[in-house]
Amino acid sequence: MTSAVDPTFNISSSVSARPDALAAPAKIKVENLQFYYGSNHALRNINFHVPEKRVTAMIGPSGCGKSTLLRVFNRMYDLYPGQRAEGAVLYDGVNIVGKELDSTIVRTRIGMVFQKPTPFPMTIYDNIAFGVKLHEKLTKAQMDERVEWCLRKAAIWDETKDRLHTSALGMSGGQQQRLCIARTIAVRPEVILLDEPTSALDPISTSKIEDLIDELKQDFTIVIVTHNMQQAARCADITAFFYLGELIEVAPSDVIFTNPKEIKTRDYITGRFG
Amino acid sequence: MPEHTVSSFDQELKEIGRKVVEMGGLAERLVADSVSSLIKRDGALAQKVVLLDTTVDQMQREIEDRAILVIAKRQPVANDLREIVSAIRIANDLERIGDLAKNVGKRVMAIEGEYHPAKLVRGVEHISDLVLEQLKEVLDAYAARNEAKAVEVWGRDSAIDTMYTSLFRELLTYMMEDPRNISVCTHLLFCAKNIERIGDHATNVAEIVYYMVTGQNLPESRPKADASSETTLAFPGRSAQA
Repeated sequence: MTSAVDPTFNISSSVSARPDALAAPAKIKVENLQFYYGSNHALRNINFHVPEKRVTAMIGPSGCGKSTLLRVFNRMYDLYPGQRAEGAVLYDGVNIVGKELDSTIVRTRIGMVFQKPTPFPMTIYDNIAFGVKLHEKLTKAQMDERVEWCLRKAAIWDETKDRLHTSALGMSGGQQQRLCIARTIAVRPEVILLDEPTSALDPISTSKIEDLIDELKQDFTIVIVTHNMQQAARCADITAFFYLGELIEVAPSDVIFTNPKEIKTRDYITGRFG
Repeated sequence: MPEHTVSSFDQELKEIGRKVVEMGGLAERLVADSVSSLIKRDGALAQKVVLLDTTVDQMQREIEDRAILVIAKRQPVANDLREIVSAIRIANDLERIGDLAKNVGKRVMAIEGEYHPAKLVRGVEHISDLVLEQLKEVLDAYAARNEAKAVEVWGRDSAIDTMYTSLFRELLTYMMEDPRNISVCTHLLFCAKNIERIGDHATNVAEIVYYMVTGQNLPESRPKADASSETTLAFPGRSAQA
């Protein structure tokens, strides 16, 4: 676990968890969602709300469906034949699993960052400009401004401002991951999905990302999948526990990590199975 | 409850729990011995109580060290975390109980050889019977993780408070009857207060056990009946203000 050894660990993230998180308006409403990988029924009748401008963590053992749900949120499954979703995922009232919606539109509103940093093999500047150019026509000055804005938001501007036109592949893993977050917010989404964003990073980089998550929730709705329970406890306002494709319990993180209601949740977070 | 995937974590938790029970047993014995030394006017036993209190202090430090190590190593959550925090807090109450018993022991040594009619200590004996019962019950509740039993202990403390208030009056009366009683009665009054405080610590432990098992806190206010701070006795034939 990272915090115990990490001198830069920022305690403020753990005390700012909002117990009223469940009362915030829902940004995404999941209703009776079923998901299939071919004949494998991976998500069973999921119902829950992702509150706006809050951090929602999804935890559970491998294969429990948490990453699947994250991928449903930005229609990642469209890329693979045989995978299908039933039920509804209402994003501001629009069903994003419905066929009528273009998945690229979904993805500009709902950005995603993966477990391994995935910078494009191009300059730092172009990594960010690339996605923006697909959706907006900006002048050079506007683009410069956008690049600086999102690098600042991702807390990596100071480290990159003098090397914007060098390859992103020369950055450290932690920097690459923050660049990927910058790239995600460059297209100004409303929701950011983070799939184990720090599992490949060292403790210092992890703290920086966690600090960043805390910062970003002022402007964005964040959903994070993590295997690091302490990270969920530190970063998330609400935590959802999944097991074998079912949502077992969702509650403010303060409750989940001190006094969960469900025995399965308790046994998982205390390290009794999974 | 199923075991942890990491079995050494279970071992560490069990060990801490075992230490707390052991410490509880020792604290219970100190209280019993201190009262018995008072009743039997046994200075040697009182001295033993004073010496044994150091062991209780050491056990508290050991429990604290182990608990801190487990927190650092395992980052416990939920019931595991409550268990460890409760162990630290209970050890703290037990340490205070040891101190109070030690204080009774010291007073027994102080009044050794003084004029000391047996009727004076009868009330103290009575209240300590009740307190010892409370202490035993709450330690059982801890060992059995039994929150219902803890609530019972928690609700019974007012009986001790009531008894303490009446004992307070009784000892004041003895002092008025015969000034030769004053020195002993004053010490007895402190003994009684110490024992009443031990009852309060037993109640604290009950609250902690309840929290540990359920994750909820008992309500802030519990029935209290110690009215000694408002109690005065008038000399026969004169008013209190005169």
